Amino acid sequence: MPDVTEQQEYPPGQHPSLPPPSSYIGPVAWLRTNLFSSPLNVLLTLVSLWLIWVIVPPLLDWAIFSATFVDGESREVCVKDGACWTMIIARFWQFMYGFYPVGERWRVDLGLILFFGAVIALLIDRTPGKKFIAIFLFGVYPFISYWLFVGGFLGLPLVETRLWGGLFLTLVLGSTGIIFSLPLGILLALGRRSELPVIRMMSTAFIEFTRAVPLITVLFMSSVMLPLFLPEGVTFDKLLRAMIGIALFGAAYMAEVVRGGLQAVPRGQYEGAMAVGLGYWQMTGLIVMPQALRIVIPGIVNTFIGLFKDTTLVIVIGLFELLNIVQAAFRDANWAGLAQEGYAFAAFVFFLFCFSMSRYSLYLERKLNTGHRR
Amino acid sequence: MSNGAQAAQGRIPETSTAGDPMIQMIGVHKWFGQFHVLRNIDLTVHRGERIVICGPSGSGKSTLIRCVNRLEEHQKGRIIVDGIELTNDLKHIEQVRREVGMVFQHFNLFPHLTVLENLTLAPIWVRKMPKRDAEQAAMLYLDRVKIPEQALKYPGQLSGGQQQRVAIARSLCMNPKVMLFDEPTSALDPEMIKEVLDVMIELAETGMTMIVVTHEMGFARTVADRVIFMDGGEIIEQNAPDAFFNNPKSDRTKLFLSQILHH
Repeated sequence: MPDVTEQQEYPPGQHPSLPPPSSYIGPVAWLRTNLFSSPLNVLLTLVSLWLIWVIVPPLLDWAIFSATFVDGESREVCVKDGACWTMIIARFWQFMYGFYPVGERWRVDLGLILFFGAVIALLIDRTPGKKFIAIFLFGVYPFISYWLFVGGFLGLPLVETRLWGGLFLTLVLGSTGIIFSLPLGILLALGRRSELPVIRMMSTAFIEFTRAVPLITVLFMSSVMLPLFLPEGVTFDKLLRAMIGIALFGAAYMAEVVRGGLQAVPRGQYEGAMAVGLGYWQMTGLIVMPQALRIVIPGIVNTFIGLFKDTTLVIVIGLFELLNIVQAAFRDANWAGLAQEGYAFAAFVFFLFCFSMSRYSLYLERKLNTGHRR
Repeated sequence: MSNGAQAAQGRIPETSTAGDPMIQMIGVHKWFGQFHVLRNIDLTVHRGERIVICGPSGSGKSTLIRCVNRLEEHQKGRIIVDGIELTNDLKHIEQVRREVGMVFQHFNLFPHLTVLENLTLAPIWVRKMPKRDAEQAAMLYLDRVKIPEQALKYPGQLSGGQQQRVAIARSLCMNPKVMLFDEPTSALDPEMIKEVLDVMIELAETGMTMIVVTHEMGFARTVADRVIFMDGGEIIEQNAPDAFFNNPKSDRTKLFLSQILHH
């Protein structure tokens, strides 16, 4: 309650800034406004507390306190009541690299370190020489990574892509999908809004057709149908086909997200850009697209996350990315019945990556907010 | 001498209204779908001339000036700006837009760029000016519109009047031969109108060729060489400001003036 008795009179124009009443700030006020502001809010708070009480302690008990953390050869070491992480420990490196030869795994490590090093450097604000890092990442890195991961020349032995697997394969599929779907999606979105009928119709047809088909179908078609249309002897790597399928599929979704952003940029921005003499590509690249993409950051990251998780569908064409290789492990007679632990582990790894993307997008939105009110 | 310093000096004032024609509109018609919005517009604007266009809303005055830099396409007649005819030829359109500055009712500043970046964008990308020269010139123009201290802020952090002055400076950075103003003060709070009009008056004093669509009749009286009254897509009457305000000829002009001057 504000203290009415201390109400003081000031001459007009002389009223000083006063601190807010104590009932308005501090932890007690925070609790009251956020958790106990109304009867319904009180009820919801209590129900939430009860749910936390019911769920969290048993979960912690299962995953940590009563769990088995020893290494071993089979599920016979699992004697405690809780989770048995022995399978994860024993198969951990396989979950990471698939069947990539043990002696060559440093190539994967080096490639991924280079990749994530460059990406993180680009995402951090204060990195100097971003231009060169970007040139490296988009111009040089694809060749380096091909040499490192596949090899077969310049002194590195060939590792066939059918040996790839685990988190490594998930990252390869996810990052190529993410990196190619955005620029392709931007081009498709521009194409769909083009004034040239041929470009507009082709973009629209591609987007609508691709979106109307499940990703599983696209993957099946790329692995089963495509070879039928190719001339005898021409073969395409299975993994490459999956990568192209995922990138094109993601591009169709991305195009619609970007189109939404383009529609949200006011007409005055186009007119302002044209009036100062910018041409179409300058206007698009400097004025319209930066604003459109900023508006749809949540949608873009949403698509990225969806795409990253959709890579698990490559199981239908026999590729063993993280989830599938974990499933394969607990179907092994030695580990039978450890599905819960396997799924929990796979979920945890996916969560780490997807949650990081989500947090970065929130940071990006805040950073790019220039105080413009629409 | 660098481009930037040259740009900042402004052009030599030209006082004669009988200078060579800067803009010629000959028998211009425009339709929006079935709606005949511009009807047989004949208008010649001379170099250094300052023209104010007024008229009721929907009379086609904004559309008219938007045809001058081809934000709107005309369907009949000819428009020639500084010797370049506006046709579907994209090269000509971009050529004209480089020479014609425009200030909009809602400023249309680029919200994701700082004030300085707003000003240097077109000189750098369209005029291919080196970044440092463009920034130097931009700061001189910001000085001229009296907000050099806002250079590193974003448009969203400025008041409406400040934003409109930035928009004027942005156009001037391209060193245009003509400036078009489309109701530059209509979206402003009353206390900010004067600061924008003052900048426009100073600009007029440098001899800039200007076409201003506005309802600020005080501005028209002091600055304009010629006032044009439009209604229903036609030019109804045009005259020097004294004669226009004191002795309007057409009934529609009289009615319009009585409506905006006595409220």
